[in-house]
Amino acid sequence: MSTPRMKFRIYPFIWLAFSGGGVMAAVFLPALAFLFALAFPLGWIDAPDHDQIAAVVGHPLTFLVLLGVFPVILIHAAHRFRYTLYDGLQVKHKGLVALLCYGGALAGSFATLVFLGNALTA
Amino acid sequence: MDDQISLRVTRYRPDKDLEPSWQDYDVPLREEWTVLDALNHVKSDLDTTLAFRWSCRMGICGSCGMNVEGEPRLTCATFLSDYAPGPVRVEPLGNFPIARDLVVDIEDFMEKLPRVKPWIIRDEEQSVDDGEYLQTPEELDAYKQFSMCINCMLCYAACPVYGLDPDFVGPAAIALAERYDLDSRDQGARERLDVLIEHEGVYGCTFVGECTRVCPKHVDPAGAIQRYKLKAAQQSIKAFLLPRALQS
Amino acid sequence: MTRSEQAGDLLYRRPISVWWWTRKRTYFLFVMRELSSLFIAWLVLYLLLLIRAVGRGEAAYADFLDRASSPWLVALNLVAFAFVILHTVTWFSLTPQAMVVSLRGRRVPGAVIIGAQYAGLAVVSAFVYWLVTR
Repeated sequence: MSTPRMKFRIYPFIWLAFSGGGVMAAVFLPALAFLFALAFPLGWIDAPDHDQIAAVVGHPLTFLVLLGVFPVILIHAAHRFRYTLYDGLQVKHKGLVALLCYGGALAGSFATLVFLGNALTA
Repeated sequence: MDDQISLRVTRYRPDKDLEPSWQDYDVPLREEWTVLDALNHVKSDLDTTLAFRWSCRMGICGSCGMNVEGEPRLTCATFLSDYAPGPVRVEPLGNFPIARDLVVDIEDFMEKLPRVKPWIIRDEEQSVDDGEYLQTPEELDAYKQFSMCINCMLCYAACPVYGLDPDFVGPAAIALAERYDLDSRDQGARERLDVLIEHEGVYGCTFVGECTRVCPKHVDPAGAIQRYKLKAAQQSIKAFLLPRALQS
Repeated sequence: MTRSEQAGDLLYRRPISVWWWTRKRTYFLFVMRELSSLFIAWLVLYLLLLIRAVGRGEAAYADFLDRASSPWLVALNLVAFAFVILHTVTWFSLTPQAMVVSLRGRRVPGAVIIGAQYAGLAVVSAFVYWLVTR
């Protein structure tokens, strides 16, 4: 007796991306946010000089890692914010909200590729 | 200590009222009384027209769920003295349509529960002559927690997603699906997955967690739902990568 | 707020206020947790702008750090950082409920799962710090 093929639903995959992004955000963002958004600009810790930071940002490994990490965090945020709008503010234009949220994540992912690419030290 | 406490109770007469109203009753504040005892006192001594559901009065039948001071509670398990000096607001169970006074219409849940097929499903039934399906204590422990559900629907009253989107299958139904999926005697996981992988199934849940907090039997439906999401995702990946492997 | 006669029955359906999440502390925390998504998206955008500045050279980088110290931006980033912490703390504490991890037939206690995640956070944070300040 053979069971019929499992029906394909995109939702589990979106949820996996959401979960992965949540883990990445939880693990990477505290340090990144603290250093680059607070400590360095405010001088709590000496900011790296341009050569230092360019070497890190331009490294191929950094390129690969952040190209994986940033988009998935953006998908996580888009997915969560979409439901915040549905449940919290009871926004009814569900299609438009989904388009704007995931569209934003897509735009951000593209920007990640472009900016990291420009910073790559060949 | 006061020997009286005021109950502020929802009244709704479908033949007379267009919307619900409040009625206040003063009941004795007895130390051992529950809110259900107070309601029964009202019905027997003060106002026989008050309608409400109850049965076992000991937290096992799941009939007496109502919103007490805004919280979904079993009224038989909620002590009156905890709300002294009162007044105590008693409303019908949240997120369900009001039928009359404190009675809600539970048709939606009654329709959703059988959808997840909460029973043992076998590819082939064993003959009675072969005896029982055997199960070790460890196998029982795998699903026991989820089998404690008494269908009281407090979790539905607590769930904001269910309140905002009545299509959502809901915590208890999913917890019961998980109870059977985890039962070693069951072979019906695939059938339940087909139901719960839809948008109104597990993925409608945003893990608020309130269902687990209000559950009087410590079923942890939120945990069941999250585990189910992961399970469905794993199955989806397998189906995507190895479609033929899932046909048996 | 009247009975829905469109439904063709005499049942009363209670409407849900847009402010439902302000009525209970747990609902409020939930919405705050979900709102963290907005600030997480902002921080990724901020980091992307930083990366762009680094790619454009020394002047752009110095200019970026300078602007980042302006009061409004600092205030925004402080709030954003608070929301990131909220995200991390709630995410870690919910993981044991969402996943059953078994080791050698025994279920791993929730506290261990939570502890392991914080250990992971510490390792990653230390690595990032070292990478950027060495």
